[in-house]
Amino acid sequence: MAEFLKEINWSPLWISLKTGLVATVIAFFLGVFCARKIMKLRPGAKAVLDGILTLPLVLPPTVAGFFLLLIFSLKRPLGSFLLENFDIKIVQTWKGCVVAAAVIAFPLMYRNARAAFEQVDINLIYAGQTLGMSDNKIFWRVVMPAAGPGIASGTVLAFARAIGEYGATSMLAGNILGKTRTVSVAIATETAAGNYGTAGFWVVVIVLISFAIVALINIVSGRGMKTRRWI
Amino acid sequence: MAVSINIEKNFRDFSLKVKFEGSSAAIGLLGASGSGKSMTLRCIAGIETPDKGKIVINGKTVFDSEAGIDLKPQKRRIGYLFQNYALFPTMTVEQNIRCGYRGGKASIREEVADLIRRYHLEGLEKRYPSQLSGGQQQRVALARMMIGEPEAILLDEPFSALDGYLKDVLQREMQDFLQDYKGDMILVTHSRDEAYKFCKELSIVDKGRILVTGETKSIFEQPGLMEAARLTGCKNYSSIKKLGEYEIFAEDWKLKLHTAEKVGEDITHVGIRGHWLRPASEPGENCMPVQVSEYMETTFEHQYMIANKEEKASEGLWWMRPKNSFTEDPDQDLPEYLYLPPEHLMLLK
Repeated sequence: MAEFLKEINWSPLWISLKTGLVATVIAFFLGVFCARKIMKLRPGAKAVLDGILTLPLVLPPTVAGFFLLLIFSLKRPLGSFLLENFDIKIVQTWKGCVVAAAVIAFPLMYRNARAAFEQVDINLIYAGQTLGMSDNKIFWRVVMPAAGPGIASGTVLAFARAIGEYGATSMLAGNILGKTRTVSVAIATETAAGNYGTAGFWVVVIVLISFAIVALINIVSGRGMKTRRWI
Repeated sequence: MAVSINIEKNFRDFSLKVKFEGSSAAIGLLGASGSGKSMTLRCIAGIETPDKGKIVINGKTVFDSEAGIDLKPQKRRIGYLFQNYALFPTMTVEQNIRCGYRGGKASIREEVADLIRRYHLEGLEKRYPSQLSGGQQQRVALARMMIGEPEAILLDEPFSALDGYLKDVLQREMQDFLQDYKGDMILVTHSRDEAYKFCKELSIVDKGRILVTGETKSIFEQPGLMEAARLTGCKNYSSIKKLGEYEIFAEDWKLKLHTAEKVGEDITHVGIRGHWLRPASEPGENCMPVQVSEYMETTFEHQYMIANKEEKASEGLWWMRPKNSFTEDPDQDLPEYLYLPPEHLMLLK
């Protein structure tokens, strides 16, 4: 066993965790921002935009990967623009891992944030306005804390989704050991190569992390709740 | 000090068309739930935007659709006390009150401490709203509103979420706090008692329209309209036939009545509050022979439904009679006649 662990290349784990963290931060701010903006819209526009923002959650990740390639490919306008002007390359790089994971994790953050905002008593916002607080202050000081549990569980779910991302990541960022090979990509690669031991090891790692995350959500969101008799 | 409101707002199945002016510091909007009174208050505060109209508070135009004025709620300086108080749940009492402060940074500490003292919140500074009683929550909401020195305050059903005893206590407290307040106050309520207690002037709202506006006492005395009388709690009505300048025949009660006021041509009904009926021992003007047809006991009152004994098909009148004790027999000392004082007859359209 010790031998086995010594031979493992740990880089997929670090790449996954790093990707997950950065992608979660991006998805957090983007999700919260979109949820805040969409709350202001009329019902019709709301339904359409909400559908678009939720698409990455329901589409196969490979479809998202395909679109991302369309956007960021160096042969396409945006891809070549980014490379020429900012020296930023998304395809086949770690940045690609982050973009793919952020896109896939975004809907979870956005939907949880929106659901949490909808639970917040609208009178709190009105009270803040009549008290003379700026809309931004009301949002960050009153609404966000009041929506805290929902936001927290959205963040954790987004993180869980981001570290486990496979489809879009492998299409956009590829499978370069030490650069873009995340744990989930490693599992696929090792299995395909017949290295069931290594693949199984990564499976155990991912299961443990995922379970820890779900348990964390339950502990956080269950705080202060009483045990009730339920049917 | 004056408010002038004239607004219109249309919804799919409801239209609000409210116009009233008030010059006293305590104005009430009395109406049933769903009458549009809270919506009116929200429009004044700037939380809702009317389709058209004009709102002037203390000479300051905060909304005017024709001139394109629509001040943000933040700029109106109008305090709003929400029915559920809308305290920020993740902030302590002290932090909540700080949120309402509009002055310079230098004196915020003193100001907050001063408000905490004035609203009897000492010792509760570090508590969260969920750890406070209903009364304490209301005081925090008041303090938070008052620290910004609003030019007018709007109270939205401030007591309807409370039960009996606490309601009494809070109403008395509120009266004390309001005495120190120099601006205008508009109170929305469905309780005629609250309206009577707190408001010098009263507007009665029904189905999105103002029925009547006037001095509270005179509205209770002569509401003028059937619906207004009903909303001020009057229970006895009859359609009438005009007999003379000061004489009518109440068709439902089968009774000829003299009135103190001149009967206008457009008067269709007469009403009288159950508390103003007086027992009488002999027949006479405005007297009705008593026949009890129903009885209901409330905590401190006997309530009798009295019908005209000499007229078979007559409708009854509710008579509210204070009790002397809890054990007394409601059937004892029932008078032969009931007197309807002319000065208390309400002539209604």
